[in-house]
Amino acid sequence: MVAPSMTLIALVAVYPVIYGVWLSLHQYSLLQAGLSRWASPAGLGNYKEQLQSSEFWSSVRITIEFTIASVFLETIFGLGMALVMKEAFKGQGVIRTVVLVPWAVLTVVTAIMWKSIFDANLGFVNTVLGTTTVWLGEEPQALLVMIFADAWKTAPFMALLLLAGLQVIPADIYEAAKVDGATTWQRFVRITLPLLTPALLVALIFRTMDALRAFDLPKVLTNGANGTTTLSLLSSRTFQENRLYGEGSTIAILTFILVMIVAFLYIRLVGGNIRGLTED
Amino acid sequence: MAAASAAEATTTAQPATAKKDLPKAPGTPWWLWICVIGIVVFCLTPFYWLVNISLKTGADLSSASVIPPNPTLKNYSSIFQNSNFTRALANSAIVSLTTTAIGIIVGSFAAYALARLRMRGKFILLGIVLSITTFPQIAIAAPLFKLWTNIGFYNTLYGLIIPYLTFALPLSIYILVSFFREIPRDLEEAALVDGATNFEAFRKVVVPLAAPGLATTAILTFIAAWNEFLLATTLTSSVQARTVPVAISQFTGSSQFEVPLGTQSAASVVISIPLILLVLLFQKRIVAGLTAGAVKG
Repeated sequence: MVAPSMTLIALVAVYPVIYGVWLSLHQYSLLQAGLSRWASPAGLGNYKEQLQSSEFWSSVRITIEFTIASVFLETIFGLGMALVMKEAFKGQGVIRTVVLVPWAVLTVVTAIMWKSIFDANLGFVNTVLGTTTVWLGEEPQALLVMIFADAWKTAPFMALLLLAGLQVIPADIYEAAKVDGATTWQRFVRITLPLLTPALLVALIFRTMDALRAFDLPKVLTNGANGTTTLSLLSSRTFQENRLYGEGSTIAILTFILVMIVAFLYIRLVGGNIRGLTED
Repeated sequence: MAAASAAEATTTAQPATAKKDLPKAPGTPWWLWICVIGIVVFCLTPFYWLVNISLKTGADLSSASVIPPNPTLKNYSSIFQNSNFTRALANSAIVSLTTTAIGIIVGSFAAYALARLRMRGKFILLGIVLSITTFPQIAIAAPLFKLWTNIGFYNTLYGLIIPYLTFALPLSIYILVSFFREIPRDLEEAALVDGATNFEAFRKVVVPLAAPGLATTAILTFIAAWNEFLLATTLTSSVQARTVPVAISQFTGSSQFEVPLGTQSAASVVISIPLILLVLLFQKRIVAGLTAGAVKG
């Protein structure tokens, strides 16, 4: 019964990755006529080339900056929303539905939305701030817009995961702490945060993995202009627009390795908690 | 497992928790309402802005007015006359629905086996399935682009459906395993004692009982497929197979000199409507699915 799924997964997920590794070890060059390309073994040449390329390292830096900033922002937003949702039991159904709107909106639509909000003429950001900044046309600002757009879209997901985590914390603990005279802040730091850690870590892993492979947002917001070329975007540009299959696959594999390193670090950090994820 | 079902139990047992909290907080304090309004504004303002811009044309498309001065549906009529957009809508519908159907059927077999049958190495299998959800899709997109052009799958709908199953299946399996586990084993055992085969027990006992879980999984898979952009933009090149997110991202203005944001916004509103309806109708199911798949440990 498991076989059909596993065969499909192996065929369309595992095989391409292996083929990608093969591609990354080859150099493609144009044949004399036509558009077909000829592969010749390149060993680790493509990797060496990428690891010495400033374009590659700038993408690594942009991807990591984007990941850290957006995951941080959405954790703060998400935690805030979860705490409010837990308290506001009367309007909870309404809020839950409202909060799901950003989650359900397509990433491409999110990009168009924030493009129009930050647009120098059409958007309200310049009006509100009294500035005349061309947000998507300048170097650090474009990345900031991207970070904010991502935080808007994914904070609700974070909030729902954290809310589920909050609801597992028994109410008696809070009652006991109250009786003992703990302040709201003390109850938050000493009870809520430690007991929320497992849910928080799981949410962080999901979101970090997702942010590291960001593609849709930069592609539609700026097409990578002004310091927003993430690793996925760089790879896609290399193999699709420039038809450099070997180099493009190399960047994809290096992205994969980066994601695996981060996943490994998280697993080390979570330690015992991760066992619950795979073995229940 | 224990913690996971506890999490689900509290999610589903909303009213009970609310009642327990009631005595200590009679009525919602004013500052909480401010927070609630803040969240609503934060979540909905960008969407309002999109609707606002979709109702503007011509010169209005260069002003930041909060209410469109001359509201018009011209952008909407123009996108529906645009065969690139209508064809993309149809493509998206076909790709998303087929992916969902296959993902649910094939995924439920696998999930059932992983949840119930005694199998060697099933934790390893579940681990592999899980790790595939963390694959950066670019690692699949780059080689598939080359592979599909070689074998003629490039720019076809099945060329999209096949790789979509790689995220649809792990998602289905992941969520369904947790739903199948909640169904008491005795029911199937009774069916087996009455002479049903394993497959009959699954089809006639488990599937009807797991209907809510299957619905949740279907909704999440559909949304993921409807939303997908990287593979769609990598593996298609013309209207023949282009899906809606790709079509919108490639819109140009209705005239050469007009910003495409007007038509892009109109199209964005149109394709968000089915998703917002799904959210309004199935809010509880979606939340249950998201948290069942993610909150453990």
